[in-house]
Amino acid sequence: METEAKKWNLRLYVAGQTPKSVTALANLKRICDEHMNGEYSVEVIDLMENPQLARRDQIVAIPTLVRELPSPLKRIIGDLSNTERVLVGLDVVARG
Amino acid sequence: METVQSSSSFSAPVNGIEKAPTGISGFDEITGGGLPAGRPTLVCGGPGCGKTLFAMQFLVAGATRFGEPGVFMSFEEPSDDLAKNVASLGFDLNDLIARGLISMDTVVIERSEIEESGEYDLEGLFLRLDFAIQSVGAKRVVLDTIESLFSSFSNEAILRAELRRLFRFLKERGVSVVITGERGEGQLTRQGLEEYVSDCVILLDHRVNEQVSTRRLRIVKYRGSSHGTNEYPFIIDRRGLEVLPVTGLDLAHSASTERIPSGIPRLDAMLGGQGFFRGTSILVSGTAGTGKSSIAAHFVDATCRRGERALYFALEESPGQILRNMRSIGLDLNQWVERGLLQFHASRPTLFGLEMHLVSIFRWVQEVAPSVVIVDPLSNLSSIGSYNEVMATLLRLVDFLKARQVTALFTSLTASGDEENETHLGVSSLMDTWLSLRNLESNGERNRGLYVLKSRGMSHSNQIRELLLTDRGVELADVYLGAEGVLTGSARIAQKARERGAAAARQEELAALQRRLDRRKSAVEAQIQALRAEVEAEEEEVGKRVRQALLQEREEQEGRAALATARQADSGTLGEGQTARPE
Repeated sequence: METEAKKWNLRLYVAGQTPKSVTALANLKRICDEHMNGEYSVEVIDLMENPQLARRDQIVAIPTLVRELPSPLKRIIGDLSNTERVLVGLDVVARG
Repeated sequence: METVQSSSSFSAPVNGIEKAPTGISGFDEITGGGLPAGRPTLVCGGPGCGKTLFAMQFLVAGATRFGEPGVFMSFEEPSDDLAKNVASLGFDLNDLIARGLISMDTVVIERSEIEESGEYDLEGLFLRLDFAIQSVGAKRVVLDTIESLFSSFSNEAILRAELRRLFRFLKERGVSVVITGERGEGQLTRQGLEEYVSDCVILLDHRVNEQVSTRRLRIVKYRGSSHGTNEYPFIIDRRGLEVLPVTGLDLAHSASTERIPSGIPRLDAMLGGQGFFRGTSILVSGTAGTGKSSIAAHFVDATCRRGERALYFALEESPGQILRNMRSIGLDLNQWVERGLLQFHASRPTLFGLEMHLVSIFRWVQEVAPSVVIVDPLSNLSSIGSYNEVMATLLRLVDFLKARQVTALFTSLTASGDEENETHLGVSSLMDTWLSLRNLESNGERNRGLYVLKSRGMSHSNQIRELLLTDRGVELADVYLGAEGVLTGSARIAQKARERGAAAARQEELAALQRRLDRRKSAVEAQIQALRAEVEAEEEEVGKRVRQALLQEREEQEGRAALATARQADSGTLGEGQTARPE
């Protein structure tokens, strides 16, 4: 997925294809499609493959969604099943 | 010394489970080898109790001394504080990391930037930990302080489940883990971490008593291992943590028969002629100003003169003051300081706790390896602890020094008037030789007396000596026993003078007698001479008379012969006539 020049720059950290990861990814896609008008990019990082990134990016909980842009940095942990909280966390409620 | 045995009985290691040594001096002794290997240990205590340092020391010791690399996962302190902590242990954390001996990971969770939505787990933490363990091949892991997670995540149920999983995970990895925890109300840790860690729990405590701080360590539980249940004092200083076992050693120190002179020849003479035994403890007790330090200084001087090292712990005076004072009695200790044979360590007794003093003595002794240690005065230490504490501390100190064959001389100040019953904190039973100095007051003056109250293993004088501080050092003089008791000072000098006078008079009398005899002898000689002269004169007279008589007779004979010739008498008639003639 692309990471440049979009309004929303998101990263989703998962650890393998666990049910929580799959759910989180599905929820994220839905939320983005519904609330971000295609102005977003999502990068999915599997820490099973790149465990060193967990330390670099200060990941503890899985799944973790990181909003890189717009700043400030925000983190949302969990399988994103609570859409309201995701929108609050990403500051997209006002637009919605 | 019977009391020692009971308290040291548990110090022997029991070989139950495998242990991971912590490198914390004293701790490995009381636990019989360290923390349980391959299992988690909870180290808990209040803020500033030293738990992070404990964990760090465990890790650094593993990496540098026991070939066990480690992972330090911090949940609170930024790493540069940790690096300083490690630097205080004499290690460069960055260097250890660069050499792949330690892996550092600081978990930072900004609560403000986190939103929770739905189910999650802490797999990220597990992955980080696993990655760190694999990257250095860690055998040891520290989690400091994992409880912080409870303030970062709101779902406690998930957290508790994940913690349980974490400890399982760590056990599977076979790493020895130290988890630190903040002390909580009514339980060991705020979040009840002890519920997850069932193998070993250690409690650190930091309390302040009468403005003196002491740190204590207690092993709350240690599954599969015997351990002391006491509270052990420990200290934190420039070399990290150090726990003081009650007595780390049994009573098996060898007893030397080698003698070590006291530096005062008369004192040696009182001690069976050769001084103290090497490796024994000597107590010099006395009231103020009786010369305790001077005796210590002589001992130091004699030690350094033999080229051996001495350590002087001054708890009352500064080294400069001691050097000056000893110069006034003709002892130049400064020369030994300059040659590196004598080291002074001065500290105010109340500057820090008893344990700290003990440890500082331990460390200096280990570093300098002296043959003689002076603690001057010991009694000052008693002001900073209860009787029991001081006794326990002293016991450790005496044991420690004996084990190293260090001869120790302790001075002790006693209150005047209580000289006979001076219990000296009950230390006398720990001491092998006890010299008692006391003031002897009489005739309006005060003089110093010295007794040998006891000296194990040697015959020693039971007499009191007067101790004189001269400009050539301490001298011991015989005291005089007069009608009013012991004579010291000017009374002794007067007595000496009287004796000298009497001796002189006796000398004179003898000389006079001799002279009289001589005179008489020469008179007799003269008499003999006179008599002999008389006899000789008489002899001469008699001889003269005999000669005259013979001469006369011959003349008469010749006269008769001439007459006979004239009468032409024959020879026969002449002969007849000669013999027949009556005369």
